[in-house]
Amino acid sequence: MGNASEKNTLYPNERNPQPEQRHDSSLKGAFVSVLLLGGFIALTWFGVFALFLARN
Amino acid sequence: MKQERQSTITPQALQPFDRQDSGLVLAHILFAFTALLLGGVAGVLQGLVRGGMITLPASIGYYELLTAHGILMALIFTTFFIIGFLYSGVSKTLGGSLYPAARKLGWTGFVLMVSGTVLGVVMVLLKKATVLYTFYAPMKASPYFYIALALVVVGSWLSGYGIFYQYRRWKQTNQGKVSPLFGFMATVTMLLWQVATIGVAAEVLLQLIPWSFGWTETINVLLSRTLFWYFGHPLVYFWLLPAYICWYVIIPKIIGGKIFSDALARMSFILLMIFSIPVGFHHQLMEPGISEFWKYLQVVLTFMVVVPSLMTAFSLFATFEIFGKSKGATGLFGWVRKLPWKDVRFFAPFMGMLLFIPAGAGGIVNASHQMNAVVHNTLWVTGHFHLTVATSVALTFFGIVYWLIPVVTNRVLTPALNRLGIIQTVIWCVGMFFMSASMHTVGLLGSPRRTAYTTYGDHPDAVLWMPYHVVMAIGGTILFVGVVLMIVNIILLLRAPSGHTEYPIGEASDEAVPTPRYLERWGMWIGLTALLVIIAYAIPISDMIHSTPGSPGYVTW
Amino acid sequence: MHLHRLEKIWLGIGFSMLCLFLLVLGIMSLTMGMAPPGGHHQSIDPAKVRETAPFDKPMLKKIGENEYEAVFLAYAFGYEPHKMEVPAGATVHFIITSPDVVHGFEIPGTNVNTMVLPGEVSHVTHTFDTPGEYLILCNEYCGAGHEYMMTTIIVK
Repeated sequence: MGNASEKNTLYPNERNPQPEQRHDSSLKGAFVSVLLLGGFIALTWFGVFALFLARN
Repeated sequence: MKQERQSTITPQALQPFDRQDSGLVLAHILFAFTALLLGGVAGVLQGLVRGGMITLPASIGYYELLTAHGILMALIFTTFFIIGFLYSGVSKTLGGSLYPAARKLGWTGFVLMVSGTVLGVVMVLLKKATVLYTFYAPMKASPYFYIALALVVVGSWLSGYGIFYQYRRWKQTNQGKVSPLFGFMATVTMLLWQVATIGVAAEVLLQLIPWSFGWTETINVLLSRTLFWYFGHPLVYFWLLPAYICWYVIIPKIIGGKIFSDALARMSFILLMIFSIPVGFHHQLMEPGISEFWKYLQVVLTFMVVVPSLMTAFSLFATFEIFGKSKGATGLFGWVRKLPWKDVRFFAPFMGMLLFIPAGAGGIVNASHQMNAVVHNTLWVTGHFHLTVATSVALTFFGIVYWLIPVVTNRVLTPALNRLGIIQTVIWCVGMFFMSASMHTVGLLGSPRRTAYTTYGDHPDAVLWMPYHVVMAIGGTILFVGVVLMIVNIILLLRAPSGHTEYPIGEASDEAVPTPRYLERWGMWIGLTALLVIIAYAIPISDMIHSTPGSPGYVTW
Repeated sequence: MHLHRLEKIWLGIGFSMLCLFLLVLGIMSLTMGMAPPGGHHQSIDPAKVRETAPFDKPMLKKIGENEYEAVFLAYAFGYEPHKMEVPAGATVHFIITSPDVVHGFEIPGTNVNTMVLPGEVSHVTHTFDTPGEYLILCNEYCGAGHEYMMTTIIVK
């Protein structure tokens, strides 16, 4: 995977990939952030949904 | 060894931007902001009229202003900026300069688009095209207005061909290599545009122009609307994708981080292209003549197009978190403090990202089938797109300007200019908060969009809306101050001190996986897009052609 | 393509949420009849609207126990009939078309919100439980008099 001279499937500035364990535990902040985003979407949607039902 | 690699991977970044290409890029950017200024004048006047604060002189009407505002902001400012920005990145990453053929196509496209813009705006100001930027039949404008639109669209096609040409030449001289991310994304953007504009081109060339010249007597109204919205939905992704290019490719470099995943970024763009086109019916949910089945099918496809944006949200937060941790941040949100908040090149696009959360949430509501009845044609919709295009996309474009103009004019961003940029961004956000929040609220209460000052005979419902319209006017005025300040900042940027500014292109992170080759199998992706379009549209459109009778034209203004 | 574990979970949650929305919307449509307008396809020659029944005589017609049919014309810049009155609790089936350009037909405070296209007939139904004077307005730009285009329906 690391050979730069061959048919290049990697992004042009490839380096030797690091082991993945270091990576896996450090995205909790991103995960919580997107969950908040999802919560906002759900809140908005159910709010308008409630309005729709009330007006029917 | 590592140092050698370093210098071979970023030689282009250190070279000055190609001088000939600079002219092309700058022409697009400056024309875009001229349109923004004129469109902004129209917009603030509209807000003040609707808020009951001014009345217009007899020479200009509310709906002429509204038509000009929509066209200049949503068609001209956006298209010109996008093409200029894309050409800049394509020049930089796909070879270091444009091939002469690409540059020629870029200039030809520019000239055609400028001609169309001028002709169109003149027709609107002469009150021969008070049909709003959606130009719905059977309101019949002057044929020269439709010709103007055709010039803009055909011009943009030529611009797109220049980018395709540059991309193909790069692929030929770099056999077997995956294309640079910016170049790939620019190509997807213009491909999406090419497929999307087929609808509006058919409407304008085959229906509107012959009809407005009197060569045909009637027009199939439902079909014309369907062709328009076939174009109208992917239009918003044409706006969004360049903002995503900034978020994915530019921002990591600006903050000093890395691109989270090159492969996923490309995948999100492919998904956006495929699923943003066969979905126009969600703009026509309240229309007769389209069966519920086809509406629901396109609603399902619309919800699919939300997924690549959810992917993008994760990628961005991940980019920020990994960067923050690399600077020593700890805890769940420690990375927030490490971000360069005082750098307008980050701050403005970031505010665009943040406000995309309510923007996107509103969009999902809009597309929700029968729930659309709550918001259709109300000011909620206006609030929505002022968040999406006029904040998320516009602030990102504004943020780009602070490095793009220095790059192409061989100047540097000064701390003072940077501070002015931060101020402009804050003013924009404050104005937009007041305006968009009140629009969303009064829209839920039923206040219609695209409507001049009225209280509907002092009907209690309408009287209740007035305070919100006043807040909208205040917000709109603040935004206009923001427009003016942005123009000032651009003028100052053009006079900034000379120096070299690097074109900020992000690099992929160490842990990123190799980019799968199938992402560049264009035939497959275009084929899939075409298939979905046929599935979503063939039957309902042939139904309309056969069963909806044609209508004569009217000039109702 | 490899996805980080947390990204997989996020996309799973996001996708499920979207599916939930679609399910709710689909069920409401199929089983409760709460669909967007336009299901009932009926076209009409736009140039002959005022001569074509029932639009040659736009009016309110009782068709059942507290059930009515309201035939409307939406034109630049008003609605015919100009006034309408129904008892509280009435279910009204609106049947609307346009003899000229595209208009809207919106009753604020309700889910009545439909487009009126020349060449097509719009069908939308509402039950007026609460008495009052309801505003009917045009929410689709139709020309210079667009902001004056309105009527009311009185529910006693």
